[in-house]
Amino acid sequence: MVASVDIKTARQVAASVPDPELPFLTVADLGILREVVLEAGVVVAKLTPTYIGCPAVSVIEQDVLQALTLAGFNAKVQRVNSPAWSTAWITEQGIEKLRSNGISPPDGNNNGDALFATRTITCPRCESTLTEKLSEFGSTPCKAHYRCNSCLEPFDHFKCH
Amino acid sequence: MSITIRNALLHSVVQIADDHLILGHRLSEWCGHAPMLEEDLSMPNMALDLIGTARTLYSYAAELEGKNRTEDDFAYLRTDREYQNCLLVERPNTDFAHTMLKQLYFSAFMKPFWDAMHHSSDATLQALSHKAVKEIAYHIRHSGEWVVRLGDGTDESSARMSAAVSALHPYTDELFETDAQRLHCIEQGVLPELGEIKLQWSQTIDTVFTQAKLHRPNIGFPQTGGRQGLHTEDFGMLLAQLQYLPRSYPGATW
Repeated sequence: MVASVDIKTARQVAASVPDPELPFLTVADLGILREVVLEAGVVVAKLTPTYIGCPAVSVIEQDVLQALTLAGFNAKVQRVNSPAWSTAWITEQGIEKLRSNGISPPDGNNNGDALFATRTITCPRCESTLTEKLSEFGSTPCKAHYRCNSCLEPFDHFKCH
Repeated sequence: MSITIRNALLHSVVQIADDHLILGHRLSEWCGHAPMLEEDLSMPNMALDLIGTARTLYSYAAELEGKNRTEDDFAYLRTDREYQNCLLVERPNTDFAHTMLKQLYFSAFMKPFWDAMHHSSDATLQALSHKAVKEIAYHIRHSGEWVVRLGDGTDESSARMSAAVSALHPYTDELFETDAQRLHCIEQGVLPELGEIKLQWSQTIDTVFTQAKLHRPNIGFPQTGGRQGLHTEDFGMLLAQLQYLPRSYPGATW
């Protein structure tokens, strides 16, 4: 272990870890990496879960810990529940990456518990708004499944949370 | 934290966790058996939300108890009398109508409960409330829409939904039950008053039932006992399945 820990490099290493289910996004893009700090010589990466039942939470924590360890840091990962993560924390870059990978990004619009609420979701491929919901839950709990009635492509919509 | 409030909090946290674990387990029983693919995705996803909440609560209970137990010890290694979930959540799935109505009854309670918990004096529960409330809003929408579709659907679906209401409505009073420990938490501002929550619950149910053309029955004989560990007969079978692995292979890990 070097005497002075390069916290800047540690931050870069932690920030570049990909999400296991959306590998084109990093934990920094998603906004789930709260901070990387030095506590008594140990690099502490603070992460917050997206959804409480997200099966990827443990995997992400392991991945970040592994990346830091392989880069030579004496590190640990800490789970932070408060304040709660929201899709508003996804960075501009993250939103753009979602769109370019065929996933309609969250639109800052949450209908809460209103029954049969209709929402306008834009197709990430052809930008048509003639879309319809196929399933409230898609390939992961954080996404709903839609179909575009213009280009006929099905697509995932990252739910606003 | 004083010992009295810690014990009262531990007691209450385990009850709330048990509600979530048992309802989550019931939902997970649909995995691979749902009437259509969309529902096969929805129900296990909602089960994940509930079990995720239960895990957080059990971990907190273990911390409050301070006896080196883990979330798994709470979830898997207690006897039936030690589980204190309300009876509603352990009722068998029966058919899709029963499952969706059960989900609506529970979600319509948890939504205002978590909303009110934003003002809890307990930091851990307050943090959890902000996460859980967003998920439960989806559960109300999903189950509420199905109650409307089935209640105001065909003769067959309407008859099944009415049968579910008759069977499950008597279990809803228990959601609003308190005991000395819970009252202590309410007095200390850790848990919310239930009066306002009951009002909101009633409003949600009335709104959905009106659209679903369902009649809300009066409860003649409220079904209760789960909070004291007195369960229905079906609970034994549920627990046998839930606990099979850690009982058969003690200490098993991934």
